Amino acid sequence: MEYFTLFMSAVIVNNFVLTRFLGLCIFFGVSKNLDASLGMGVAVTSIMTLSSALAWAVHHYVLHPQGLEFLTTAVFVVLIACFVQLLEMIIRKYSPTLYNMWGIYLLLIATNCIVFGVPVINAESGFNFTQSIVNSFGSGVGFALALVLMASLREKLRYADVPKPLEGLGIAFILAGMLALSFFGFSGMIPT
Amino acid sequence: MESSLNTSLAILGVLVSLGAVFGCVLAFANKKFAVEINPLIHIVEDVLPKGQCGACGYPGCMAYAEAVVLDPEVSPSCCIPGKEEVARQVAELTGKVMAKIEPRIAQVKCAGTYSKAVRSNEYYGVDDCVAANLIFGGDKVCKYGCLGMGSCARACPFGAITMSPEGLPIVSPDKCTGCGVCENTCPKKVISMMPIGALVRVNCNSHDKGPQAKKACSAACIGCTLCMKSCPYEAIKMDNSLAVVDGNVCIEKCSNPVCLEKCPTGAIKPAVVGILPGTEN
Repeated sequence: MEYFTLFMSAVIVNNFVLTRFLGLCIFFGVSKNLDASLGMGVAVTSIMTLSSALAWAVHHYVLHPQGLEFLTTAVFVVLIACFVQLLEMIIRKYSPTLYNMWGIYLLLIATNCIVFGVPVINAESGFNFTQSIVNSFGSGVGFALALVLMASLREKLRYADVPKPLEGLGIAFILAGMLALSFFGFSGMIPT
Repeated sequence: MESSLNTSLAILGVLVSLGAVFGCVLAFANKKFAVEINPLIHIVEDVLPKGQCGACGYPGCMAYAEAVVLDPEVSPSCCIPGKEEVARQVAELTGKVMAKIEPRIAQVKCAGTYSKAVRSNEYYGVDDCVAANLIFGGDKVCKYGCLGMGSCARACPFGAITMSPEGLPIVSPDKCTGCGVCENTCPKKVISMMPIGALVRVNCNSHDKGPQAKKACSAACIGCTLCMKSCPYEAIKMDNSLAVVDGNVCIEKCSNPVCLEKCPTGAIKPAVVGILPGTEN
């Protein structure tokens, strides 16, 4: 039950994009069509889960015992950049199809705040290993959910008669604002 | 003092060892998971002009090199900036047959300088044509004309476009490769590509009817159809009060452009001087 609450909280109540406003560059960059946003959502979820497992290990076994928590930021940045590169090599070698599908997104993910933000939040909240994994997976699902919602809206929007000065990103920002507003309705549903 | 020294040492130790571990893992992975790339791809990429203009239809020169080497269907003559020279080399490297490339050049279809084109409003905003176009279609009365803020010049990957003091782009025929990036950038579609070798070009983009076009800009094409009637080869057509020259007909048949003298507003101009036979003055 505890994990379910944590998961739902990460997916909906504390949705990374719509209530914490992280990962916005991907959110606007990749939400133009549904297929791409699905691929991106899966990529972010899997990388986020794996990298926060790694980050948890580094934080728990290296930084915490030495009392060096203040190095978290620097170490996590390097860790995630390395990890994404490693993953890119492995995927390229063993699954060229997946690589062609993910190729460009992987590079986007390597330096993205949402992938970095989740391990930092895990570390700051003092989560144990399972909690970290559940929280990161939930955050990834939440991100994918936001991306898919946005992409569906923007696909519909293509046929709408948008005022000229608002075309493209302008109307996307307004949409994102309204979407965030609706997600604020969930806040407070799960006591923290 | 002692403790801060210890902390610094610990930081140094942790960061160096973590860095070393990550570095080793990556170096190992780089060897272990190395993917063999056809070396021909890099050779072909070196031949391409590296403007990354996308005129070939691929996102950048590397993507085109990859496609042309690996996919037997892809033509070696897609690189427009490279012209025949590059197409020949790519065809040689990949063992394909090159198709004929029609050399193109960008033409600016507007003569509305500050003195000739009338303005309807004053624009104070981002110095960019795309932004200006969003607000009432720019500051000229003529809604088809060049906005003169140089978005095309900034977009050109080969530095072939400069802005004249009168606020119109000037295409340098030596540098222009015909890639078409400016054509896609211009919000008014004032710049378009024409085949090199045509004798004349229409220096206006206005589809307004004669009196209206004339009121907005003294250099406008007023759609009088005199040029169309004068051309013995029917290379000029009218498109909603705007003369349009079919460059290919013009190249093939015409040696004595009579249309130039007929135009009452001077909207038809000789195409780029120097490249054409008969205009070497």
